[in-house]
Amino acid sequence: MVERRPVLTFVSHLILVLGIIIIAFPLYLTFVASTQTAEQITQSIPMSLVPGTNLIETYRTALFGGETSAGSNLSGAARMMWVSLVTALIIPIGKTTISLLSAFAIVYFRFPFRNTVFWLIFITLMLPVEVRIGPTYEVVASLGMLNTYAGLTIPLIASATATFLFRQFFLTVPDELVEAARIDGAGPMRFFRDVLIPLSATSIAALFVIQFIYGWNQYLWPLLMTTHEDMYPVVMGIKRLLGGEAYTEWNVVMATAILAMLPPALVVILMQKWFVKGLVDTEK
Amino acid sequence: MASITLSKVFKSYGSGKTANQVIHGVSAEIHDGEFVVVVGPSGCGKSTLLRMVAGLEEISGGEISIGSRVVNDLEPSERDIAMVFQNYALYPHMSVFDNMAYGLKIARVPKDEIKARVDKAAKILELGQYLNRKPRELSGGQRQRVAMGRAIVRQPQVFLFDEPLSNLDAKLRAHTRLEIQKLHRDLGITSLFVTHDQVEAMTLAQRMIVMNAGIMEQFGTPEEVYARPASTFVATFIGSPPMNLIKEAPGAKPGVTVGIRPEHLDITDSGWALTVDALETLGAERLVYGRWQHGEGYELVIIRCDEGRPVPQLGSTIHVTPRPDRLHYFDTTTGKRI
Ligand SMILES: Nc1ncnc2c1ncn2[C@@H]1O[C@H](COP(=O)(O)OP(=O)(O)O)[C@@H](O)[C@H]1O
Ligand SMILES: [Mg+2]
Repeated sequence: MVERRPVLTFVSHLILVLGIIIIAFPLYLTFVASTQTAEQITQSIPMSLVPGTNLIETYRTALFGGETSAGSNLSGAARMMWVSLVTALIIPIGKTTISLLSAFAIVYFRFPFRNTVFWLIFITLMLPVEVRIGPTYEVVASLGMLNTYAGLTIPLIASATATFLFRQFFLTVPDELVEAARIDGAGPMRFFRDVLIPLSATSIAALFVIQFIYGWNQYLWPLLMTTHEDMYPVVMGIKRLLGGEAYTEWNVVMATAILAMLPPALVVILMQKWFVKGLVDTEK
Repeated sequence: MASITLSKVFKSYGSGKTANQVIHGVSAEIHDGEFVVVVGPSGCGKSTLLRMVAGLEEISGGEISIGSRVVNDLEPSERDIAMVFQNYALYPHMSVFDNMAYGLKIARVPKDEIKARVDKAAKILELGQYLNRKPRELSGGQRQRVAMGRAIVRQPQVFLFDEPLSNLDAKLRAHTRLEIQKLHRDLGITSLFVTHDQVEAMTLAQRMIVMNAGIMEQFGTPEEVYARPASTFVATFIGSPPMNLIKEAPGAKPGVTVGIRPEHLDITDSGWALTVDALETLGAERLVYGRWQHGEGYELVIIRCDEGRPVPQLGSTIHVTPRPDRLHYFDTTTGKRI
């Protein structure tokens, strides 16, 4: 351990405070901007660092859209938030279900080409969405899944990371536990449900958080495969606010950014205990 | 309750060219209500044998019956057995109560019946106050008792134990040994108990199976096995210090190995001359290591004497006489008792 000395304490606190400022200042700036009117932001240079009075108005416009004072017509982020939420829930749920089951099959069942299957799954680990985006688009388009939730989520669900994670975890479950369950009369699915899933609970929680954020932050894939406005996720919405209209309503952009940040932050905060437990230790 | 019959049981791991036979035709009849211990050095196939009875390992050849049923093709849960594992194999996320109740829940035993059975087992094993705890909140001895409780509540025909005491410290092991004996007296369930520890085997067994390299060397009561070991392996494996085996004993026929236990050699004024090589004091008794020189080679002979006897000097020559009715004779080539 490091000795307790006043100078050291001061220096370490200074570094921490600086770090917090570097990370937190842009967030603060975003928030402040979202409480002002568009005119206030563009006219005062540099921008005022004191929160303005336009908070409720800005957020209403950001969420539900409408005519702004500058005359642009915005569509509102509420629908996009919903699309993002559904996507960001389907991806972790689908991914956890599929990878738990496939890891269970790979570890506990003997079937022909078991190893081949494992290696095939493993190889796909090396192919992130961006690499296979062209062919994936082809497939999704010809299946008629453009502008659907299925199209938004299924290609992102299919990945091997989680399968791999659960396989490694299942391999550490002692054989005797399987045998004890067999003697107790538990069939394979019963063992899966009553023993393996509860034991994996913390890993599942950690995976859920990671995959929720991953799903929420998707940009490239939705950009490619959604053409209808009502299937846009919120991350795309921010970009559209910046580009499209002649005049950028910065307060609305910033409010939308804050709105887009909230759900992942909430998920992390609410599941923090589980999440950290899942990353740090496993209960065996 | 039921008897267990093993007839010409074989086990090979793997198949074809890489097949590795580890049990070479074991036949034994374990009576209804009997407590039988399988003992042997590690790797001799004890666990494999037990796991075949449990149904956790396929039987490569021969037949195993429990009661009047041949169980070769039955699932473990259909064999009416319960097993206690060396590392206890408790479900880590379930409370003590749920650990014991799980098998009954699956078997759709009514709730109040489950509760009654678990409570009864918890009372026998003094686990009452721990029923709501998780296994990780228990000591090793308590976990071991939960594992036994899980076996008891099933009310099986047969108990199978695979070295259930080897993770306990010496004191707890002795105590648990007594508990298991008492449990068997009270419940009278046919039990098959695997251990590598001969003291455990001698103290627990009504009859014991001594195994070596996948072969059953002897099956008998602890007294029989001790007094009339069927082979040189049994003679040296059971008893501590082991029986002295002398290949070219004075006066013995060629091809015959003579065996004599250390406590059956008396130090006398005349007789077999040995040089004292080492001495060990074990409290109530003393071990004398006598070197018997013959030709170029020599053999060490262990003599056990009571503490009252005079202590021989290191390096001095002593004379010993075996008690004639306690001599054992074995065929030197096969190792079998003659
Ligand atoms: N699953 C297995 N696959 C291959 N060989 C095994 C397996 N289990 C046990 N063996 C072999 O069978 C022999 C007997 O093992 P085991 O019954 O566990 O011995 P013990 O319980 O007497 O120590 C050992 O040589 C061991 O290597
Ligand atoms: Mg073993």
